[in-house]
Amino acid sequence: MSTPPLERTHGQRLLREMIRIRRFEEACAEHYSAGHIRGFLHLYIGEEAVAVGVMQGLTPADAIVATYREHGHALARGIGADPLMAEMFGKQEGCSRGRGGSMHVFDAATRFYGGNAIVGGGLPLAVGLALSDQLLGRRRVTACFFGDGAVAEGEFHESMNLAALWKLPVLFVCENNLYAMGTRIERALSQTDLPAKARTYGMPTASADGMDVTAVEDAARSAAEQVRAGNGPFFLECRTYRFRAHSMFDAELYRDKAEVEEWKTRDPIALLKARLEQAGLLDARELTAIEDEVRGEIARAVAFADAGTWEPVEHLTQDVYTPAAQEANRG
Amino acid sequence: MSEFRMPSLGADMEAGTLVEWTKAPGDTVARGDIVAVVDTDKGAIEIEVFEPGTIERLLVEPGQKVPVGTALAIIRGANETPGAAAPAAVGAPAAPVRTRVSPAARKAAEQLHVDLAGVVGQGPGGAITVADVERAAAAGPPAPKTSTRAAGMRAAIGAAMARSKREIPHLYLSTTVDVTQPLAWLGLANQARPVTERLLPIVLFLKAVANAAVEVPAVNGTWNENGFVPGAGVHIGCAIALRDGGLVAPALHDVDKKSLGEAGRDLMDLVSRARAGSLRSSEMTDATITLTNLGDLGVDAAYAVIYPPQVAIVAIGRVVERPWVVAGRVEPRSVVTLSLSADHRAVDGRQAGAFLAAVERALQAPEAL
Amino acid sequence: MANGPTRRITYRDAMREAIREALTRDPRVFLMGEDVGRYGGAYAVSKGLLAEFGPERIRDTPLSESTFVGAGIGAALGGSRPIVEVMTVNFSLLALDQIVNTAATIRHMSGGQFSVPVVIRMATGAGRQLAAQHAHSLEGWLAHVPGLRIVEPATIEDARGMLWTALQDPDPVLIFEHQTLYNLEGDLPADAGPVDIDRAVVRRHGGDVTVITYGAMLYKSLAAAATLAADGVECEVIDLRTLRPLDMNTIFESVRRTRRVAIVDEGWRSGGLSAEIAARLAESAFYDLDAPIARVCSAEVPIPYPKHLEDAAVPQAAAIVDAVRALLPAPAPR
Repeated sequence: MSTPPLERTHGQRLLREMIRIRRFEEACAEHYSAGHIRGFLHLYIGEEAVAVGVMQGLTPADAIVATYREHGHALARGIGADPLMAEMFGKQEGCSRGRGGSMHVFDAATRFYGGNAIVGGGLPLAVGLALSDQLLGRRRVTACFFGDGAVAEGEFHESMNLAALWKLPVLFVCENNLYAMGTRIERALSQTDLPAKARTYGMPTASADGMDVTAVEDAARSAAEQVRAGNGPFFLECRTYRFRAHSMFDAELYRDKAEVEEWKTRDPIALLKARLEQAGLLDARELTAIEDEVRGEIARAVAFADAGTWEPVEHLTQDVYTPAAQEANRG
Repeated sequence: MSEFRMPSLGADMEAGTLVEWTKAPGDTVARGDIVAVVDTDKGAIEIEVFEPGTIERLLVEPGQKVPVGTALAIIRGANETPGAAAPAAVGAPAAPVRTRVSPAARKAAEQLHVDLAGVVGQGPGGAITVADVERAAAAGPPAPKTSTRAAGMRAAIGAAMARSKREIPHLYLSTTVDVTQPLAWLGLANQARPVTERLLPIVLFLKAVANAAVEVPAVNGTWNENGFVPGAGVHIGCAIALRDGGLVAPALHDVDKKSLGEAGRDLMDLVSRARAGSLRSSEMTDATITLTNLGDLGVDAAYAVIYPPQVAIVAIGRVVERPWVVAGRVEPRSVVTLSLSADHRAVDGRQAGAFLAAVERALQAPEAL
Repeated sequence: MANGPTRRITYRDAMREAIREALTRDPRVFLMGEDVGRYGGAYAVSKGLLAEFGPERIRDTPLSESTFVGAGIGAALGGSRPIVEVMTVNFSLLALDQIVNTAATIRHMSGGQFSVPVVIRMATGAGRQLAAQHAHSLEGWLAHVPGLRIVEPATIEDARGMLWTALQDPDPVLIFEHQTLYNLEGDLPADAGPVDIDRAVVRRHGGDVTVITYGAMLYKSLAAAATLAADGVECEVIDLRTLRPLDMNTIFESVRRTRRVAIVDEGWRSGGLSAEIAARLAESAFYDLDAPIARVCSAEVPIPYPKHLEDAAVPQAAAIVDAVRALLPAPAPR
């Protein structure tokens, strides 16, 4: 599967997906400030090209394992804005019944395995999902997203080694946004060439410009193809940047405003928009239509979340264990 | 309905610990079936049921130690509908089921030489706590349980009864009352009450007698050399058989002013303290009229001897099913024979009859008791 | 209650002052952990210390809990006095191997040759809607392990005073800071200094029921005690302060007087710290008990995100009131 040349429909779809994420995240920030969303909230603004680009290389049968900054992946994967926003609000109409909130998005229909809030915690999970595919002879890919911060964790190294050793079908996607919470990569890692780390485990790697959605798409399609072919895991680095603070509870004492502004000149949405316009694949009317459509979708999602209901307190201890009836249908 | 009680499995057995139920509510039992295992000083013994029927309700939980005679379960007869009626037998009120004693209370009871069998628990769930033990200790030291006590008591009873029959011209009246409806009402009322607060039928009679005594004050009081002295309140002497053979009739104070629940609770308290030998002196002297219940001995009717200086005593026979004419038709009904023995110096036949009639009226309106 | 002059201060600032004092008084002390420097601490406890003491002594670590906790243990073994900050107890699970298999064992398995004077600080507890991977109270687990000392300061004075004492301890000390307490304000005596970490403290005196608790649950227990006092029920509220070793003497002394106990613990009931305390009471204070031992614990469920479910999952004052009432004789019927 190679990337089709940028044409009107596909190009506009990529743009719409990124704008959806951007507007969704802006709405989250707004409703966090209003107190409708609580707990921790980590926004994906600036990194939209990574989730949207990588999803292009995956099929509905593949699995996703994401981090606590996963709203973008959830939307790009096809989880509706309605249940996603309801989850932010903690309503039982949310994709995790409201119990998980921002950091714990789960969705069986799209094989979306979280929403993992322990740094590095998702990697072994992805290794295991891929192992079961291998054992059962299913040609599926497990895409595992994580940040540069996770690369310092022991679980990263242990997972890379095991996946390579057993030739498991994992697509490791490292979203290198240069900061592990507030610690810049040079302060956390002696070796900042991340693909070089993966290569020591005997794994093929690639590095993509994470602000360029088509570059990510190209890299992801080719990586996923190799993984699907049974060649073992692949490590894809996407160099990106978050425009906003690590979370809403972050004074950003650790980075320069100038650095943020400089990265904002490489806004993935603005970049794609300019390319499409220059290639004559997007006119002002179409752009307005996309913006209007997205605005409507997000507004509906907020209304849906707002109208959502609280799970009855009587349900509190449900689903700590699997009811026997469900056990029979697992698979 | 009948109560299945903790059986006496030997002359020296005072109480048994229920180890397990081998039957559950809803199970049908035949005469001779083993329904429970009871641990006694002699070891675990399987106990059998003597009446066929269906287990309606279990009243005692495994692990509880209860005195002989305590109702363990309610058994529904073959033709009875579930929960329709209260147990028919009106036993001498057994000591309430009480096995919960806090560790600290046990220790305190040991130090203060208080017999826990006579202590009323007012802690959570009726448990006996230190405060209850201390209250019991303050109420007086237990009388030593010796045969001399029983012998002394027997002598005292003998003297009183002899004097009563010598001096008091007894007047006897009796009436047989259909108690089907009040007992059914009691059964329903008990469903809403926790087991520990279950009302025994005796409480209905107690309250009915108290209300009738208010209505006919001539029967409520004492006789001395100056004639009749009306009672200062309605203090009903309750005849209580003691385990070692003695008999006391301590007063339950102001029964007319107590609710059914209070009367029931206070009666339990009185019975257990009577058996523990920790009665207060006022209780021994204040009675203004006495009630005795011989129904559990299987007698149809009893005519009791007045306790001097009182002027009246009411005796209750057993509740028994009899063909009864109701609105022109013969029906099986639960009936009981009440008798009044009155001092004819203070009470004439008219007052005595009015009193018994008042008791019957009160019984027929149990919700007002 | 302080008698001398006091000043208004938050729990967070008291903890920061304690770290500052330790860094100032003992050159062997340094602080290390995730985002303790440039970011200013995940809970802003170490805010400003990097500028004051420099990157040698305020050390940002990679996200590598097992290794930096292990390194703290090694540094303590080597003669330093490290204060290791793990962001939350939930992340400390990644370092559990180092804490349990190394820090807690070295003294013993070296035949007494080596001690590990490390201090490990971490946030714990629910109450801020952080959901199931950021909100658990696992200190009771760690209190299971011989070789560790576990403390949980609930008050401003203890936040200010426990760290120095912990640093003087030759063995590993884990300090748990409940995340809802950081903004707690209180009056700190001007001369506040180190406090002992051996004894529980009676925070409220009363003769009817002993309420045993620690951490943020202290405030819910005190609120419950105030409610009960209005009904004439006087609770004695004990703040454990140290979860291992447990100061049972303070508990026994109180229970001898009150004869009734309720244990309030934000941890789960099954196999939790409350179970240990209840078992010790049953072993050693059985004949002092006038009622069953009551426990108010978190529901056996991972902590949910929505506020109403989170509130339902962790002990609240009303539940404590109910648990205490159930230990008392029913009020006389009217």
